[in-house]
Amino acid sequence: MAQTATTPKGMTFGEAGSALAFAALGFLSIIIAAKAYTPEYAFHAYLFAAASVASVFVIVNRYYERPAALPPLTINGKPNYNMGPVKFATIASIVWGIAGFTIGLLIALQLAFPSLNFDTSWLSFGRMRPLHTSAVIFAFGGNVLIASSFYVVQRTCRARMVGDIAPWFVVLGYNFFIVIAGTGYLLGITQGKEYAEPEWYADLFLTIVWVTYFLVFLGTVMRRKESHIYVANWFYLAFILTIAVLHLGNNATIPVSIFSPKSYIVWSGVQDALVQWWYGHNAVGFFLTAGFLAIMYYFIPKRAERPVYSYRLSIIHFWSLIFMYIWAGPHHLHYTALPDWAQTLGMVFSVMLWMPSWGGMINGLMTLSGAWDKLRTDPVLRLMVVSVAFYGMATFEGPLMSVKAVNSLSHYTDWTIGHVHAGALGWVAYISFGCVYCLVPWLWNKKELYSMKAVSWHFWISTLGIVLYISSMWVAGILQGLMWRAYTSLGFLEYSFIETVEAMHPFYIIRALGGAFFVAGSLIMAWNVWKTITSAEAAVEEAHPAQPVLVAAE
Amino acid sequence: MSFWSRHKIFETNSIILVIGVLFVIAIGGLVEIVPLFYLKSTIEKAEGIRPYTPLELAGRNIYVREGCYNCHSQMIRPLRDEVERYGHYSLAAESMYDRPFQWGSKRTGPDLARVGNKYSDDWHRDHLKDPRAVVPGSIMPSYPWLEKNELDMSSVSEDMKIQAMLGVPYTEDMLKLAETDVRIQANADDPNAIDLAKRYPNAQSRSFDGNPQKVTEADALIAYLQMLGTQVDFKLYDNKANVR
Repeated sequence: MAQTATTPKGMTFGEAGSALAFAALGFLSIIIAAKAYTPEYAFHAYLFAAASVASVFVIVNRYYERPAALPPLTINGKPNYNMGPVKFATIASIVWGIAGFTIGLLIALQLAFPSLNFDTSWLSFGRMRPLHTSAVIFAFGGNVLIASSFYVVQRTCRARMVGDIAPWFVVLGYNFFIVIAGTGYLLGITQGKEYAEPEWYADLFLTIVWVTYFLVFLGTVMRRKESHIYVANWFYLAFILTIAVLHLGNNATIPVSIFSPKSYIVWSGVQDALVQWWYGHNAVGFFLTAGFLAIMYYFIPKRAERPVYSYRLSIIHFWSLIFMYIWAGPHHLHYTALPDWAQTLGMVFSVMLWMPSWGGMINGLMTLSGAWDKLRTDPVLRLMVVSVAFYGMATFEGPLMSVKAVNSLSHYTDWTIGHVHAGALGWVAYISFGCVYCLVPWLWNKKELYSMKAVSWHFWISTLGIVLYISSMWVAGILQGLMWRAYTSLGFLEYSFIETVEAMHPFYIIRALGGAFFVAGSLIMAWNVWKTITSAEAAVEEAHPAQPVLVAAE
Repeated sequence: MSFWSRHKIFETNSIILVIGVLFVIAIGGLVEIVPLFYLKSTIEKAEGIRPYTPLELAGRNIYVREGCYNCHSQMIRPLRDEVERYGHYSLAAESMYDRPFQWGSKRTGPDLARVGNKYSDDWHRDHLKDPRAVVPGSIMPSYPWLEKNELDMSSVSEDMKIQAMLGVPYTEDMLKLAETDVRIQANADDPNAIDLAKRYPNAQSRSFDGNPQKVTEADALIAYLQMLGTQVDFKLYDNKANVR
């Protein structure tokens, strides 16, 4: 190539360093595989070895293929954005989303028809349920967050993402972590802590990926050409930082041996319970809320072509939300052996949390001021606005359920499951769908999505699914709670436990039907995205202005 | 300068924003979690709590592996109907050696905090193999592999060593005899059962899965289930003892 004459070609520090690090990891993995205590762990070690070898190969091959100079930061004065990793994470999120929803449908059906456990260890409910929760939260949601954060941070800072290998390491490493975690559950490798099931070695690997993620994100913010950091980036930053803190606190384990997949947590009993729910509730608060609020703060104004409703409200929203969420964990432990003072603190802060939650909802909804008519014409915007409405609903229901008297009825029942899905399907998945529908044409330089009609179909089918899901779980949960505490006139408990299980059957079928609708909707999305990438009309210039119309935060 | 313009410092300095976030999120966690490690009232003393025997610990690890916590809680709340249905409300001391805790968050199936000695070993074996054989309306998955798989006890003493390091009162003796203790406890009429009961008071020894030929995963899991919630004798327990 011609330009090699001007700049001598050499491996960058990142290329050489990461190739060496992967070589070392591959070597270590082979040793571990050979001496592993269990075949399941050996399988994981081989996966690590294979991935490391593949990484070394790809890095070296990429070095030989590339021109001597690294991609420039700007081209003709315009930032030269790095969108490759964003594209990968966007596609990954769709794939994982469909997988996660489908597994959810399977386990919903298992509860209605237990023979669907097929008497095998791999497919039994106890192993599939963590697979479902991790697939939808961390695989689907996580990829949406990584994709959107890498997109938004570059656009709002008008700067190319920091790093050459690092952004790819974040995206690919994160997805590799998901493969390790998911196959681990199926093979019976788990820490037995909800939403934190991956064992110590997967956690350790995720820590490295996450620190890299933080550095890439922060580095890009520091490289910004705007004087102010846009509000969406505050939320992304809080999400990345807090998840790191939670992850380290809740996964403080000591492995039995480097050759064993098993570890023991340093906390025990009541302390472990509170650390777990400090983590668990803030996985909701920072992963499923703060991160997706960042999406709301960028994509809704962008799509509606209106500025964020109130700058001051976003400041109050941000600081009060992140301050109060952290306290709310103990409401998962009402009436347990956790000391009363901690339970009460958790309840009080959960009720207070209603305010910042609704402040954020108002800020998101009112951004449509003057553009409400677009709800009729733009199904993508409709998805996102309905998601904010579901956010409002779920964050009203949450404080209600955290009140001890209500919780004594709702806890341990399917009401909780219904509540979670109002948030997960209605809020997280809908804002994600909206985000993906925005991102795909922007990333692949298309004028519009292949079919707006298909988006409408997706919206209505999955909304019907959500309504079936949450209403059946309300009835099921409240019914079950009441049956557990029902007394006969003679003062005996009226129902045996199994009678309350049998009473759930029709609702479990309705719930599964709702889930099936939701899966169907996501398949329509996958088809639409595929057609958009392969055959939609190309954008003439840039389909969207290079400068966001967003009013920078001030 | 208005109050709002003071926020500019966070918006224009990424490091200050990072520090601000870390400070704000640290407060709640610190205030709620740290006192649990030094307030004596967090775990009130109760007679009879002992660490798990090696067999029970192995059974507990199978309970964790199969994800039983996804459907079964181990935490009886002090509510009238729960105390009548399941027994005395759970004490913090009863899970003090639990790593991880298994209080659970959902009761698709009943609470198991005091399931110990409620059903026979045979019932548990049949129920794990095919729940609908003994409870027709049950929606629990079948676990037929448990009574087929031989228990892997190769690392049980290492497991206990880690726990001892973390403060569980396992003695040198217990660590040394871990594998032997598994065999003693899973064996019907083992002459050394008395020694085991000395190391672990009230440990029940027998062939839990009804198959004395080998020590299976079902042996371990049933041994664990049969001891759940049985350590504290509530006839002697004084719930006022800790009131100050």
